[in-house]
Amino acid sequence: MNEAATAQERPGIDPDLFVRRTEEGLARLDLVVAGMHCAGCLRKVEGALKNLGGVEYARANLSTKRVAVRWDPARLKASAVIRALADTGFTAVPFDPKLIGTLDDRESRSLLKALGVAGFAAANVMLVSVSVWSGLVSDMDETTRSFFHWVSALIALPAIAYAGQPFFRSALRALRAKSMNMDVPIALAVILATTMSLVQTMVNARHVYFDASVTLLFFLLIGRYLDVQARARACSAAENLLGLRATAATLIAPDGTHKSIAVENLEPGMKVLVVAGARIPADGEIVTGTSEIDTSLVTGESVPEQVKAGASVFAGTLNLGAPLVIRVTKRDDDSLLAEIVRLMETAEQGRARYVRIADRAARIYSPAVHIMALATLLLWFALGAPWETSLTYAISVLIITCPCALGLAVPVVQVVATGRLLRQGVLVKAADGLERLAQADTIVFDKTGTLTLGRPRLVNGEEIARAELALGAAIAAASRHPLALALAAHGQALPHPLLDDIREEPGMGLEARLGGETIRLGNAGYAGANTAHEQGHGGSELWLRRGSDAPVRFRFEDTPRPDAKDAIAALKARGFAIELLSGDREPAVKRLADELGIAAWRAAARPAAKIARLEELAAEGRKVAMIGDGLNDAPALRAAHVSLSPADAADVSQTAADFIFQGARLAPIVEAVDVARKSRRLVFENFGLALAYNAVAVPLAVAGFVTPLVAAIAMSSSSITVTLNSLRLNLAQRRALSREAS
Amino acid sequence: MNILIFLVPAALLLGLLGLAAFLWSLRSGQYDDLEGAAERILYDDDKPDNDGPDDDERRS
Repeated sequence: MNEAATAQERPGIDPDLFVRRTEEGLARLDLVVAGMHCAGCLRKVEGALKNLGGVEYARANLSTKRVAVRWDPARLKASAVIRALADTGFTAVPFDPKLIGTLDDRESRSLLKALGVAGFAAANVMLVSVSVWSGLVSDMDETTRSFFHWVSALIALPAIAYAGQPFFRSALRALRAKSMNMDVPIALAVILATTMSLVQTMVNARHVYFDASVTLLFFLLIGRYLDVQARARACSAAENLLGLRATAATLIAPDGTHKSIAVENLEPGMKVLVVAGARIPADGEIVTGTSEIDTSLVTGESVPEQVKAGASVFAGTLNLGAPLVIRVTKRDDDSLLAEIVRLMETAEQGRARYVRIADRAARIYSPAVHIMALATLLLWFALGAPWETSLTYAISVLIITCPCALGLAVPVVQVVATGRLLRQGVLVKAADGLERLAQADTIVFDKTGTLTLGRPRLVNGEEIARAELALGAAIAAASRHPLALALAAHGQALPHPLLDDIREEPGMGLEARLGGETIRLGNAGYAGANTAHEQGHGGSELWLRRGSDAPVRFRFEDTPRPDAKDAIAALKARGFAIELLSGDREPAVKRLADELGIAAWRAAARPAAKIARLEELAAEGRKVAMIGDGLNDAPALRAAHVSLSPADAADVSQTAADFIFQGARLAPIVEAVDVARKSRRLVFENFGLALAYNAVAVPLAVAGFVTPLVAAIAMSSSSITVTLNSLRLNLAQRRALSREAS
Repeated sequence: MNILIFLVPAALLLGLLGLAAFLWSLRSGQYDDLEGAAERILYDDDKPDNDGPDDDERRS
């Protein structure tokens, strides 16, 4: 979709709909300002707002590209705020923060609080512990040691009770669902270590493990916080994309006046006006007007559809020709949208079956660890040790095997990979998206809007005489119809003849006068062409008739994305099987498949047929990555093992997809695949490193040699090794970039 | 070793002060926009209010 069309999609969105009242009686508005990238922009945006009389508060957030403004509603209108920003060159789009996830924000905030508490406790307990450790080899007397142990307990107990909650809750949830995750051994080790230390403190023993418990929580909280933060960032970027395209509908009130209204508030029976170039806001029936509708986002069909009064139209389709008045109808009939929603619900059930790598590791790891601890207890007891000693050794096995490094192994890689992809314009929306993408071995593409730009281009320009091309371009320049735009762009360099009386017949074409002759450019019927023997082209076309001459045909086709061929070749080289699954007609699909070198393709596939094909592939044991943009792809995006969608895709598809890539090129897909595969390798390396540490430490623990000092060293160093290893993902990219630069 | 009676509480108090400062900074939104904060420091107008003089005016 080109910029002109995007800009037209929001015919004067009314910011008043998004204004809320604060407690002090001020008006409050939240805006997405996508063009804000640097300190200069930040200052210009805030400066422009603060210079408005009545603005009390204006704060721009560079990380989220959002601006919060509060002003005195008596002195200023919401539209003036938007205009002030437009004057400085920034497009601001209002959004409702209530609709856009504030949930993630709260989660990361409470994690940060827990992190602060755990950090404080870890530092202070360590301070005491180091004194105790050095006291063990010097002259610390028992009273002082006991005092220090009580101090540690005083700090550690409340800190663990507070900062451990995310893990305890998650472990409890897993156990209730009768499953296993990494948090079960973590929670168990922390609770046992703390309880044992408390008992040891009471009986005035030599070793307590409070330091191990709190540092463990501290490290794990870092991993968890980074994970949530990276995902929140990608999600807020994705929400901004959707927010930027939020549309308001123009409601026609019963008394004939026009009013702007949010799309969510439309109700069946309401009449709305859809101007040419705007998207249809809701499913409905045409009351008046004749036009052409671009349904490519809904059906994948690249040829516009003719509609007139009485026809039903779908939300998300683009009105190309003339203004339409539409009566909103309900969605509960057997409309296309209802079918898509139903298919999506069924498709989703398959997705839930995927188990993340970390949880799969936990399923093997936790029982192994717990059996080992139990074996240690029984072994020492059988060897005649007192039961307190046996229990101490068993618990030290649990502490030393506590999966600190395993808990960090996945999130750290995830954070680095998400950040790297974000810089390349790929948003990772699903938490386990990278893992699933790394497993994929087959890629299924949609055609219109995914492999192509969804923008027509004249293909038979060479067959047409220059004079006719110039004439066609001259008359086409008067229209905003996409085919006319393409024709005008093609003939831009030609000398245009001077035309009089150009007028547009909605849904039919254009008419003009040159000398005494009537010129018509439009569909076959309008230009008087006989198309009975001209079937099977499959693309779109325009006809030009000059006076009584035979009409000339202009043929159009969708433009493939600039690097589509290279990207397909690159994906093939990485061992992917490529398929093309389109809702468009056969000739158009075949031509593109041949051009891009895709051997397996299917045309005229309805949403259900797309899912059926994906299920067929899944039954063959293939892991399919689906890449699509249309509403008709949404169920398939949900059904596939993993899914990607371009940034200009339909809202539903963007919500359904695991990844969103921005820009006109397909190269980000290749990058995403590479990063996903590298991440997977790094995750396994991390598991290997963590297990290697355990292989050394576990025999020590079983033998009873693990003191709190050994536990602290083993856990910290394994966590740091794993983190450093994960950072290599960024290092490789830096090297590649500097190589490109040199 | 009696000095510990003072030192340990003093250490804890300092630690708690740090924690309180962190929680305060979190509550007052200082972690909401990390990128913006890094860029804002490049501008030396410490009064970004609407009626404050512009850079140029101040220089002249």
